[in-house]
Amino acid sequence: MTMTSGEPGGTSVGVRTAIEVSGVRKYFGGQAVLGGVDLSVPEGSVFALLGPNGAGKTTLVRILATLSAADTGVVRVAGHDVAREPMAVRAVIGVTGQFSAVDAYLTAEENLRLMADLCHLPTRQGRARSAELLRTFDLGGAGRKPVFAFSGGMQRRLDLAMTLMASPRVIFLDEPTTGLDPRGRRTMWDIILRLVRDEAVTIFLTTQYLEEADQIADQIAVLDHGAIVARGTPAELKQRIPGGHALLTFSSRTALHAAAGQFSGMATTNDEDLSLQIPGDGSARSLQDMLSRIDVDGVRHVTLHRPDLDDVFLALTSQSGKAQS
Amino acid sequence: MTNHFFGDTAVLLGRSLRHISRSLDTIITTTFMPIAFLLLFVYVFGGAIRSGAHSYVDYLLPGVLLITIASGISYTAFRLFLDMKSGIFERFQSMPIARSSVLWAHVLTSLVANLISVGVVVVVAVLIGFRSGAGVLAWLAVAGILILFTLALTWIAVIPGLTAKSADGVSAFSYPLIFLPFISSAFVPTDTMPGPVRAFAEYQPTTSIVNAIRDLFTQKPVGTDIWIALAWCVGILIVAYIFAMVVYRRRISS
Repeated sequence: MTMTSGEPGGTSVGVRTAIEVSGVRKYFGGQAVLGGVDLSVPEGSVFALLGPNGAGKTTLVRILATLSAADTGVVRVAGHDVAREPMAVRAVIGVTGQFSAVDAYLTAEENLRLMADLCHLPTRQGRARSAELLRTFDLGGAGRKPVFAFSGGMQRRLDLAMTLMASPRVIFLDEPTTGLDPRGRRTMWDIILRLVRDEAVTIFLTTQYLEEADQIADQIAVLDHGAIVARGTPAELKQRIPGGHALLTFSSRTALHAAAGQFSGMATTNDEDLSLQIPGDGSARSLQDMLSRIDVDGVRHVTLHRPDLDDVFLALTSQSGKAQS
Repeated sequence: MTNHFFGDTAVLLGRSLRHISRSLDTIITTTFMPIAFLLLFVYVFGGAIRSGAHSYVDYLLPGVLLITIASGISYTAFRLFLDMKSGIFERFQSMPIARSSVLWAHVLTSLVANLISVGVVVVVAVLIGFRSGAGVLAWLAVAGILILFTLALTWIAVIPGLTAKSADGVSAFSYPLIFLPFISSAFVPTDTMPGPVRAFAEYQPTTSIVNAIRDLFTQKPVGTDIWIALAWCVGILIVAYIFAMVVYRRRISS
């Protein structure tokens, strides 16, 4: 059950490809949910798939995790074709879905032992691994309590612990932190990042939290209406979108319009709160240039807004949203 | 692919049996209604029913056992539904196991749970006066018919278990099955019924099953009823199994 294959397609020297997706399409009732997705995830990295609800994120994860078949296209996970060798893929992956897939009538320990048995681990090894996971996930004290008495955060931790039973090489996490409080979310990130650092595990996660993708992902792809509309590192994506701007608030409408006149259509005027939004890269020079054009006596205050992934996300997904309608 | 089938099925069966041992209320709920019918018909209506048998509880028990199973399989559907809804079904499907063992574990669990319920109802029947001089072979034949009947209804239950959208909808299919023995020879002889009802009663599956079990209990020659009963059970079993597998394949490959 160990991964020995080192022949995945499209490898560059040194870094192997953990997930290789090409031309994947999936239709439900004649409608394309995925309209030709290509992506590649190097081994030992964190890949985040961003997208609004209904973009097809879960459908793609289910295809990668052998739970659903693509209508066209090829998917290789850890070198194995998911359609031809699903069992080989299942032996090296772990999947955590959107909802905690735990058995509420069993205790945490029994849940983990169940996983050990189904992963065909020898009894002693299964027990040792269960105990280890209970400790790692801070569930040691609750190991013998039935899971229905657990909080949402504890269930989520157990869920992930169960996924890790057989030390998978590729882990799929479909919105793993949904329903967790900020603290629980941070614990989850720590665990995920430790797996990548210590064991060179590959993580493929979907999320709606842009901050999450920004913090933990090496590569991000934005999925919208079943197509990848952008990909790159968090920094690259932010550069793509000129979301940076200065927001100037004026003391009077006259001052606002006088200033707006200087930017001839580039700036966005808001008469309600007397503000003017002027695009810029946030550098001191651009700010100086901007302020030199206007009468600064009429300005109440200035705030600078740097582009973040929210801008990227909104810009990318609303564009294609318009194209669709 | 199937080299782990028996091991995986055993592991998953162990899991479900643990559920049953921790939620004995499901057995109580399953047996409550049949036991209530038993008491009601023996002590309230029984005096007015001329069944021809010397003890009405002896006449009544076979039909009540079928009602017990019909009521028990709603939990079969419910347990499967819970696994589908909680995502644990999908978790199992993403693991390197023999996939069909997930379904077979549910089927075997249904068999065990229903046999326990049937056992409870038989004990209550004995307490209120049920007696049978049937030998080991006849009891085994009764057990065999009940097992086949349970399996047939279990495969029917698998269908709503896999497809239901809500917990309320998942057990609705069992109500007509619970009701079916009432229009059969289970409570009164069919020859007391008006024409069309009688025709329906005599040609529906539960009448032949009830008659076969009753004859085995009372050591009468079983005649053709047992073959009709077996044909019904096996027929329903095969049709329900085929439909359930179609639904199952669709669920795991969509």
